[in-house]
Amino acid sequence: MRTAPDALFKTLADPTRRAIFERLCRDGEQAVWMLTDDSGVSQPAVSKHLGVLKLAGLVRERREGRQTHYSAQPQGLAPLIDWMSLYGAFWRDRFDRLETLLNRMDQ
Amino acid sequence: MTKLAAATRSVVVEREMPHPTEKIWRALTQGPLIEEWLMKNDFQPVVGHRFNFRAEPMPQWNGVTDCEVLVVEPNKRLSYSWDGSGEEAATGPKTVVTWTLTQTKGGTLVRMEQSGFRPEDERFYQGASYGWQRMVGGLKRVVAGLD
Repeated sequence: MRTAPDALFKTLADPTRRAIFERLCRDGEQAVWMLTDDSGVSQPAVSKHLGVLKLAGLVRERREGRQTHYSAQPQGLAPLIDWMSLYGAFWRDRFDRLETLLNRMDQ
Repeated sequence: MTKLAAATRSVVVEREMPHPTEKIWRALTQGPLIEEWLMKNDFQPVVGHRFNFRAEPMPQWNGVTDCEVLVVEPNKRLSYSWDGSGEEAATGPKTVVTWTLTQTKGGTLVRMEQSGFRPEDERFYQGASYGWQRMVGGLKRVVAGLD
């Protein structure tokens, strides 16, 4: 599923939502109650944030009995990355190295 | 989509370097010299020669680029194909890298164009995102440590 950069920025603009996403990136899969305990945010609020993150393709849910576990999908951030500028950065770095080499070479 | 050529994108990097054209041509076409600034390779300046660039393998990328020499015009133009390898060979981007050297008053204008990126290559870019980010990040550290 493709998510436009605008929707992604909007999703991550909320500090609580961003903190939940960062926590899932850092600590791996978590059950909803684990996220509720630390954040000081009510479970319904956490669940709502997780729903928005899921819609944006940033988290995935897994049900196990009555528990729902969430994990980060960092590749969901991909639309924010400008691929052509990454290739450009790659080649500009290689140009720098080429110049360093030329300065060392004999005529 | 009828105009395929119009739908592809290119990356162009251009820089004037205070060095003679012949010297830059050597850096672009001699394997051990290419390795110093680009990647390990088995390049030969012979049209039709197939070769690989090899970088450190990383998640989502085996580090290998499949290439074929397309144009060799000494001291002027060098061109080779630049394709994904292994699992990426079928679906990855098929691009062409072209180097053009133009003599200037103070040295040589070096132009690199990597062409042929298609909109559908986005899938591949997404898969390779971490590899590229890490590579570009690593490069900056290497380059910063050079002087």
